Amino acid sequence: MNNHADVIIVGAGVIGCAAAYYLAKAGSSVIVLEGSDHIGNGGSSRNGGGVRQSGRDPRELPLAIYGIQTLWPTLSEELEVDCEYHQDGNLRLGKNEAHAKILTDLADRAIACGLDVRIIDGEEVRQMNPYLSQEVTVASWCPTDGHANPLTTTLGYYKMARRMGVRFLTGEKAVQLRTIRGKLRQVMTEQNVYEGDQVLLAAGLHSRALAGTVGIDIPMTTSLLEALVTEAQPHLFDQMLGTAEADFYGHQTKHGSFVFGGSSGLEPYNKDNGTPVTSSITAPCICRGIIKYFPDLKDAKIVRTWAGWSDKSADGVPVLGAVEEVPGLYLACAFTGHGFGISPAVGEQLAKLMLTGKTDVDLSPLHYDRFKAKI
Amino acid sequence: MGKINDRSRDIGEFIPKEGDERLVCRCEEITQGEIRQAVHDGMFTITEIRRYLRAGMGLCQGQTCSKLVKSIVARELKVSPAELEPATSRAPMRPIEMHIFAKEADDNE
Repeated sequence: MNNHADVIIVGAGVIGCAAAYYLAKAGSSVIVLEGSDHIGNGGSSRNGGGVRQSGRDPRELPLAIYGIQTLWPTLSEELEVDCEYHQDGNLRLGKNEAHAKILTDLADRAIACGLDVRIIDGEEVRQMNPYLSQEVTVASWCPTDGHANPLTTTLGYYKMARRMGVRFLTGEKAVQLRTIRGKLRQVMTEQNVYEGDQVLLAAGLHSRALAGTVGIDIPMTTSLLEALVTEAQPHLFDQMLGTAEADFYGHQTKHGSFVFGGSSGLEPYNKDNGTPVTSSITAPCICRGIIKYFPDLKDAKIVRTWAGWSDKSADGVPVLGAVEEVPGLYLACAFTGHGFGISPAVGEQLAKLMLTGKTDVDLSPLHYDRFKAKI
Repeated sequence: MGKINDRSRDIGEFIPKEGDERLVCRCEEITQGEIRQAVHDGMFTITEIRRYLRAGMGLCQGQTCSKLVKSIVARELKVSPAELEPATSRAPMRPIEMHIFAKEADDNE
């Protein structure tokens, strides 16, 4: 077994799979090491599928815009899988004055970055989506946002990367990074050693412990999220939905089911048995929230609920790029629950960075060295 | 956590065979051929098959077809079905209307 490649990627989530795909496409040999038994078993399969620009921090907004303009429109054809990408806009909903202020502030920031977002009133919201209740009095509207299927997108990148010769190993958990003569060379797993000229850490929360083995710390913590899925419903609308308080989000999938994420407010204190589990109080709470927004959905049946962890960074945006202190090490983690929408852009730009040292989108605001004490 | 699973190992070519058009997952209308092809696309676990094809993601949540899917995947990988972990079972046990599920917080429910 040859354990050497140009690039070793730790983590076979959507980021690791996308980076592997773009690297292989450019001719690099790649090995991807995945600790769990399944490809895309973390946040990649446990998110709401948003492909959004609105509501994003200006530091990561350029990546979102770049991905939506250059990669998402042709991704299904490129990956030979139905990514179910819809570009039918994002409505971020509000019910009162405080919400209107949050939405206006978010919209103003995005407009300053050149994004087409505007604030609309309840009447205009219901013209776009007549199923929304009278409780909705305001919303932000971004027509170029949308949603996609995270499962098929992740596995599509995997399938194509694998087809191009990328070697994927699941159940192969990386435990240590090792430098040789000042350069990162090796990734040690419980039983094996893998060697490459470059190493990309895209292992979600686990990235912190691994980066720590070469003296780099990324301040992040876990955040549990939960979602529920309904049985297939008649087609109602194609927009992606969110709220001013970010307490509820979702869309109707191609299959007809609705996927809605939400929270009970008790997430930070949920039991932690080592795997992300749903709490019995959360899904009913999400149902109550949904019925207030969409009274017509009250008879829709819930078929499934799920939970996942996001790797939440200390300042709400990911850590991306090269680590100058450890030549050969690249980071892509701490996506804070909104990594899926930017994953094609992240994979493509990191591949470019690793191959040429340059990127089309400025990644410097997402540099690992940005975290400072408050005083 | 299982053992190391090399996704590049040789499982042979995908060769169409009799019964490929047969529906295996009735809820989502997934055929034997689609499941076999997915294995050759690299979906080596039941969880991946489910996420890739939706087999077992419909109304019955795989209660009808999960054993059949497992045996098809195992045969394609040339392993014993016992080596394949089933997909995670997820609450609720039966489909339940939102307005009924929503009553969880009522004191008299």
